[in-house]
Amino acid sequence: MTDEPITTGGKGSSRRAFLRGSAAAGAGLVAATAAARAADPDPLITEVQDWASFFGDAVDAHPYGSPIHFESHVVRRNVEWLTESPVSSINFTPIHALEGTITPQGCAFERHHSGAIELSKADYRLMINGLVDRPLVFTYADLERFPRHVMTAFCECAANGGMEWGGAQLEGCQFTQGMIHNMEYTGVMLRDLLAEAGVQTEGKWIYVEGADASSNGRSIPLEKALDDVMVAFYANGEALRKEHGYPVRLVVPGWEGNMWVKWLRRIGVYDQAVEGREETSKYTDLMPDGRARKWTWVMDAKSVITSPSPQVPIRHGTGPLVITGLAWSGNGAIARVDVSLDGGVNWQTARISGDAKSKALTRFHLDIDWDGSEMMLQSRAMDETGYVQPTKDALRAIRGTNNVYHNNAIQTWWVRADGEVENVEIA
Amino acid sequence: PTIAREPLGLGRTALPEEILAWDVAVLPDGQGLREGSGDVATGEEVFVEYCGACHGDFAEGIDSWPVLAGGIGSLTNQRPVKTVGSYWPYLSTVYDYIHRSMPFGAAQTLSVDDTYAITAYLLYSNGVVEDDFVLTHENFTEITLPNAAGFYVDDRAESEYPLFSGEPCMTDCGPAPQVTRRAVDLGVTPTDADGRPAGTMPVIDLPATAESG
Repeated sequence: MTDEPITTGGKGSSRRAFLRGSAAAGAGLVAATAAARAADPDPLITEVQDWASFFGDAVDAHPYGSPIHFESHVVRRNVEWLTESPVSSINFTPIHALEGTITPQGCAFERHHSGAIELSKADYRLMINGLVDRPLVFTYADLERFPRHVMTAFCECAANGGMEWGGAQLEGCQFTQGMIHNMEYTGVMLRDLLAEAGVQTEGKWIYVEGADASSNGRSIPLEKALDDVMVAFYANGEALRKEHGYPVRLVVPGWEGNMWVKWLRRIGVYDQAVEGREETSKYTDLMPDGRARKWTWVMDAKSVITSPSPQVPIRHGTGPLVITGLAWSGNGAIARVDVSLDGGVNWQTARISGDAKSKALTRFHLDIDWDGSEMMLQSRAMDETGYVQPTKDALRAIRGTNNVYHNNAIQTWWVRADGEVENVEIA
Repeated sequence: PTIAREPLGLGRTALPEEILAWDVAVLPDGQGLREGSGDVATGEEVFVEYCGACHGDFAEGIDSWPVLAGGIGSLTNQRPVKTVGSYWPYLSTVYDYIHRSMPFGAAQTLSVDDTYAITAYLLYSNGVVEDDFVLTHENFTEITLPNAAGFYVDDRAESEYPLFSGEPCMTDCGPAPQVTRRAVDLGVTPTDADGRPAGTMPVIDLPATAESG
């Protein structure tokens, strides 16, 4: 154990930090409990604080509020070197700092191919054409008159964790697993819009594209389009954010984020896949023999421990420790999450906190009593199909290291005795 | 699949001009191609003027902008070079994507003939056609790209799901592992002022911290 207080960025070692450090170096939980008993009264309790005497902000101060400034670390972050242009790029959700399952929209990740465009409801048009009885144009006001549905779903970029295929590269689950968000959507079912146009029997595929310059066209088989695909207007109770497709985006439950076309402007019905750029050059997965998988739409079962993690070191010393994390599967609901403290030698089943909704983020917790020794933390998701989240080595044995997309491997965090946490690979 | 609902009568019929304006997709069998043509020489002129600043005059890529030509035979290399010539399966995608989304920052400014010409130039840059080649809506589908057979439909249901399903090991699952790779050795993550990974949780239990925050 270290002699130093397990902190950085503070202003020297306070008395409390000293006591905690002593406890960590001492006899474990009993000593820690004893050390937690204050010798002197806490002035935050014994002295009247300003907020207990004077006014706070008035109700007219913030018509639409932002998080309190103490939470300024809970923001999207980008990694400049990942892409050649910030308008065809990615940023990352601060999943290390979030709890529960709903992602606050303001820090939910973005991925654009030609920037986040501004498209008003007045200028919005949606076209359905191709192998339909009646090619149609809808205004936004038209779309508001269709029967509405609500669903919660994760949107995970196909490339989430893609930088980690070749090894441990980025430090923090925000960067290695944070191309994801999970929202409660309200919108209309795509099948109801298609019913309005009347799909002809030769129509086997739809092609969806956005109003932006990149267009992001993707082909979707009609079966999926008529199943659970939503044309969404609301996310987490309010209109979509500009950067998430305002005023209309596609929600494609369980499938790779690229297909969740934003600023949706056209749905074409065809007899075959278009094989657009985003389903040939990109979002195809190179395999060891030099051929590539295409149409790898579903995101497989996956999980990550969000705390402890490299951005969330353990600073409280030994004793009770909350292990918290997220699990999800594009193939259904999460059935179970196992957690290992020793790099996969032994596992214990964690607790699902809240609902395990199909194709949605699911929160798990495991409460342990940390004795201050090193740990190699892992989580392993299982979904309702019986699929068990694989190790990275198991995936690489099949796919090699140039798959680019669909890395759903088990993540290892090396928790050191000083409470610092690293992204590692183990063998 | 069937659609159970009766129409509600919402929306209005799309006019032919509107469909023509927005449905510019081209499918692998040539559906969606419009009448026109362009040769390699014209394509080189247009490409150098509108595309070369990023993609290089020979489509070889400038700095880290995408490489459009070369890399043929590299797909099993440790670092494959995936280009139109080495990786893309269909010429339709080349035409469609350029016409709709390029040049980057000024998309939908290329005419049908410009797009045929640029597509012809990219075929030439990738060694698929000679320098006197003329690409037209009529001979378009005669062109086969080198990697046309390089893709297969998602087979995870057969090649992975059976291997990864079933009750997993819970205890004594192997020898104690060792750390083999550490992200800190690369040092490529954005950092806060104190050198920690950007966004690291602030210290909350030292009185001085909240005041400095």
